[in-house]
Amino acid sequence: MKKLRRKVYMVAGYNTVSMGTGRKEFNPKKERPGLEEYIKEAGQGTLKLIGGAKNVDECAIGNFMASRFNKQANLAGFFPYIDEGLRGKPAIRVEGACGTGALALVTGIKSVLAETAEVVLVIGVEVQNTVKAIYGADILAGAGWFKERKDGHAYFFPGQFSDRAGAYFEKYGRDKTRKAFARWYRNAIENARLCPTAQEFHNTVTDLEAQAMMEPNGKGFVDHLNVFDCSKVSDGASAIAVVSEEGLKRVGIPREQAIEVIGFGQVEEDLTQKPIDQTELSTTRLAVKNALESAGITIDQVGTAEIHDCFTVAGVMAIEAMGLADPGKGPDFILEGNTAREGKFPINTTGGLIGWGHPTGATGVHQAVTILEQLTGKAGNSQIKLSPDRPYGLSVNMGGNDKTLVSIVYHRG
Amino acid sequence: MTYEERLQNVTVLGAAGKMGSGILLLTALEMADLNLKPEGKGKKFVIHAIDISHEALRGLMKYLRAQVLKAAEKKIVALRSLYKDHSNLIENSEIIDQYVADVISLVMPSTSTEPALESFLIFEAIKEDPELKVKILSYLNTNNPNQPWFFTNTSSIPIGVLDKKAKLGGRIIGFHFYNPPAVQKLVEMIAAKDTLKEVQEFAMTYAKNLRKVVVPSNDVAGFIGNGHFMRDILYATREVEKLQKELGFVEAVYTMNHISQDYLIRPMGIFQLIDYVGVDVCSYIMSVMQSYMKEEALHCPLLDQMLALNVKGGQFSDGSQKDGILKYEKGKVIGVYDPDKKDYLMIADFQHKVNEKLGPMPAVQPWKNIVNNPGKEEILKDYFTTIKNATSPGAELTKAYALKSCEIGIQLVTSKVAFSEKDVNTVLLTGFFHAYGPINDYLK
Repeated sequence: MKKLRRKVYMVAGYNTVSMGTGRKEFNPKKERPGLEEYIKEAGQGTLKLIGGAKNVDECAIGNFMASRFNKQANLAGFFPYIDEGLRGKPAIRVEGACGTGALALVTGIKSVLAETAEVVLVIGVEVQNTVKAIYGADILAGAGWFKERKDGHAYFFPGQFSDRAGAYFEKYGRDKTRKAFARWYRNAIENARLCPTAQEFHNTVTDLEAQAMMEPNGKGFVDHLNVFDCSKVSDGASAIAVVSEEGLKRVGIPREQAIEVIGFGQVEEDLTQKPIDQTELSTTRLAVKNALESAGITIDQVGTAEIHDCFTVAGVMAIEAMGLADPGKGPDFILEGNTAREGKFPINTTGGLIGWGHPTGATGVHQAVTILEQLTGKAGNSQIKLSPDRPYGLSVNMGGNDKTLVSIVYHRG
Repeated sequence: MTYEERLQNVTVLGAAGKMGSGILLLTALEMADLNLKPEGKGKKFVIHAIDISHEALRGLMKYLRAQVLKAAEKKIVALRSLYKDHSNLIENSEIIDQYVADVISLVMPSTSTEPALESFLIFEAIKEDPELKVKILSYLNTNNPNQPWFFTNTSSIPIGVLDKKAKLGGRIIGFHFYNPPAVQKLVEMIAAKDTLKEVQEFAMTYAKNLRKVVVPSNDVAGFIGNGHFMRDILYATREVEKLQKELGFVEAVYTMNHISQDYLIRPMGIFQLIDYVGVDVCSYIMSVMQSYMKEEALHCPLLDQMLALNVKGGQFSDGSQKDGILKYEKGKVIGVYDPDKKDYLMIADFQHKVNEKLGPMPAVQPWKNIVNNPGKEEILKDYFTTIKNATSPGAELTKAYALKSCEIGIQLVTSKVAFSEKDVNTVLLTGFFHAYGPINDYLK
């Protein structure tokens, strides 16, 4: 992977609340903001910080399945709805299942690299609470190959990752792995409690690990995962501006309040193929490898990461794919406390997909916003202390069952 | 005839009623599941939904569709496997829609009893009127060539009486669902003296497949559930008669409702429960029980008085509570009917005064926090010990009420209505959602 030909920064992150069960104000029976309101809130949030729409050259919006969740397509058309000043500017909508958000970021990065834009407004959005979870499962199954849907589980993706968990249990042992899942859940919720926009911000359960040890029940759900192993159904949007050096000057944000994109890995795997090894996220491994190589660093120089824990088991396997632990040793790495906010490698410091929420198309952008906040010291109660010898941030955003992958390496600007 | 064969042609009489619609729903789901199993494929299943008006049947079909949809969504994991050979059904939504259509297609609504003449199994959930029941059962039995089996949902009439008067030859069993049947886990099963063994065996299998908790009861009018409930009503209303001299009528009704709900940690106060079941229904059940129990006075003047004033309670078709002895707002009790003023008096206007008279209520969590609490045994023991040691008027009324409830329960066992104390407690726990059984040692 080549080094970037031009400096690329991200600034002015904004997250809406990740809305859904768990938030006190969420009531599925009452009317709630629609897709366009989320887009508007996030877009205006970022525009306000970069001096308005006049400073924007291009726009990119990431969304996975508004066509089914909201019966809405052509989302690029909502940019002028955010601000009239965006009328007449280029805009694009991108999609890569749950990896959509990072694809939108990459779209922005590439526009800056291609010098077609100095400032790109990037938004990720998903509003999923429009249908019951059982029908949402049908919609989200679109992240897999439709020809496999018939033989898939009612809860398609939990089923896919339950199969992975089952294989992992078999190969490396169940008890310790389940305990690591429970610890993962606890870390996620404890981090989310520090972040006011997190879906689990209001969670008050005292013994989270005991709760998360609930035995999975294959009759009602899936064989190897319980509900605490899964990210929730979320509505939310995140926005950020991807800018060049010139763009940074234009929007009037000092470099130290920005993060620089040092390198990234973008990888695609064949959607029609089953995983080569159920216990390994091989595409994730490749994306992270490419990102680190492109940045010219090693994982040891990374201080914090936002990774794609759509399920606890995905978190465990991602740790191994990133090279933080050997295959089968991910659970030990977690149980030793390394991934907790006080640990040596804090992961998902605002709760990740399980704690903050997983508005699918927005997740990749939310990850970038969290890294921006952490590396620039703007994370509020969620702020972690980064060691000066490990100043880099890393994100891993995954679409489908380890199919569409983007990993990005950041450094404070 | 196998279990499956018997369920191939079923009738529910009174299908649009509160109980009948639930029985129809559960049975139709069971039939559809049999039909979808490999051994049931290609077989014809039909369930006749019989009731007196087209309008009520239309409402029934609407209710069924909504309920089957809910059931389908809940059991989608199993449905995907049942429909695995249907290659055109891929998404959950397609499978759920097909299942709803498959279940509904089994149901044949009718206002005539004619279709019941071809059934092998007939559920009876019509009005709690012994003469009417005997008349219809007798007619069906005489004209149906299949020697059908009868499952009656009566909650008060002895099964042996129906068997004998309708000349059913032991092909009847009491199968008493609790309201609403789709939700309540409990079924009281009452075999009459001559009820055939194979009918009982079938009933057990059917109950098990419906995942119901079966409590056997002896064939004594009222059985266990109403045996306890009706005497509970009589006790509470007699206490009202005593208390009203000092407090006034509405205050006395409020007091006994408050004691039975909050002090006794029950899901509803006794007068709310009367309204829920219906004042007229409660009164009718008592009169039916009375006709078989001459030695005991099972008559409640307070219910008569309310009925004479057309105060009936019961529910609206959407399941919400109608005003009865109490007045409701969004399901919450807000008033009590005053027979003198012929209007409701708002509880907020007198509650404070009455509660002061009852004295401080010992701290305890509400029923909903306790009923499924794994540590409830300890909570209840502590609470009732506090009640036992307290001397406030509220605590005294609570003690007396709890002891009476316990006495009624024990009486059901000694008079051989229930087979055991455990059965009595199971009925109150699962059929009435009490947090504890009435027969307990809390106050000893």
